Amino acid sequence: MSPNPRFLLAAACALLAATARAEVKPGDSFPSLTSAALRGSLPATAGQVVLVDFWASWCGPCKSSFPAYARLEADYGRRGLVIVAVSVDEDPAAYAAFVKRLHPPFATVRDESQRLVNQVSVPTMPTCYLLGRDGRVRFVHVGFHGEDTERELRRQIDTLLSENHPSP
Amino acid sequence: MKPIAPRLLPALALAGLGIAALTGCAQADLVRVKPWQRARLADYTMRPDRDPLQIANSEHVYFSRESATGGRGVGGSGCGCN
Repeated sequence: MSPNPRFLLAAACALLAATARAEVKPGDSFPSLTSAALRGSLPATAGQVVLVDFWASWCGPCKSSFPAYARLEADYGRRGLVIVAVSVDEDPAAYAAFVKRLHPPFATVRDESQRLVNQVSVPTMPTCYLLGRDGRVRFVHVGFHGEDTERELRRQIDTLLSENHPSP
Repeated sequence: MKPIAPRLLPALALAGLGIAALTGCAQADLVRVKPWQRARLADYTMRPDRDPLQIANSEHVYFSRESATGGRGVGGSGCGCN
């Protein structure tokens, strides 16, 4: 008896679904920051262009990304860009020491239970997500590659800021 | 290249599934360290080059035993003559 091809196809799809990771991609709606039980105070993000960055104190490129985000905050903060840096540190002392040392001018919060990062399923550390005013992911930056990443982020932020507010 | 006969497709699909299962691709309980779970792996104590004295000792033992000074990436040849 030969196996049913439909059954085999369904089994293959189930296998792929089980092994595939549901990463958040451009076009997807980003999980709610307010309901993610983040430690720290979140800025108001409704109707704003938001850059959500996932970082950790033990991640080298994350450290070099912070000065770049500080420059973005200085240049775009007043125009409607909100930066939220979400730490995935399990050790609160390591998180606090990192923030104290770099003293970022943007909001930093800690994903204590790693619930949000699990939901988003970041492909590497760091990864940042640029959200449009409608809260949907528009661009994803995997890793931080110095000036190249900053240049690209500026171009994309300019694009997003120039877009109109979504109709209520 | 000849096209695959339709009657062989189910058998091929079954073989693919079997290979995937046997190679461990389908194991749900396989431990996969996610990028955000690598705090301990990124710790300084996990670095193999964290102790210069230990490295120097290992190199010394290596070239004494193998007569291969520089054989592990240091400048010089592997002839043991320098």
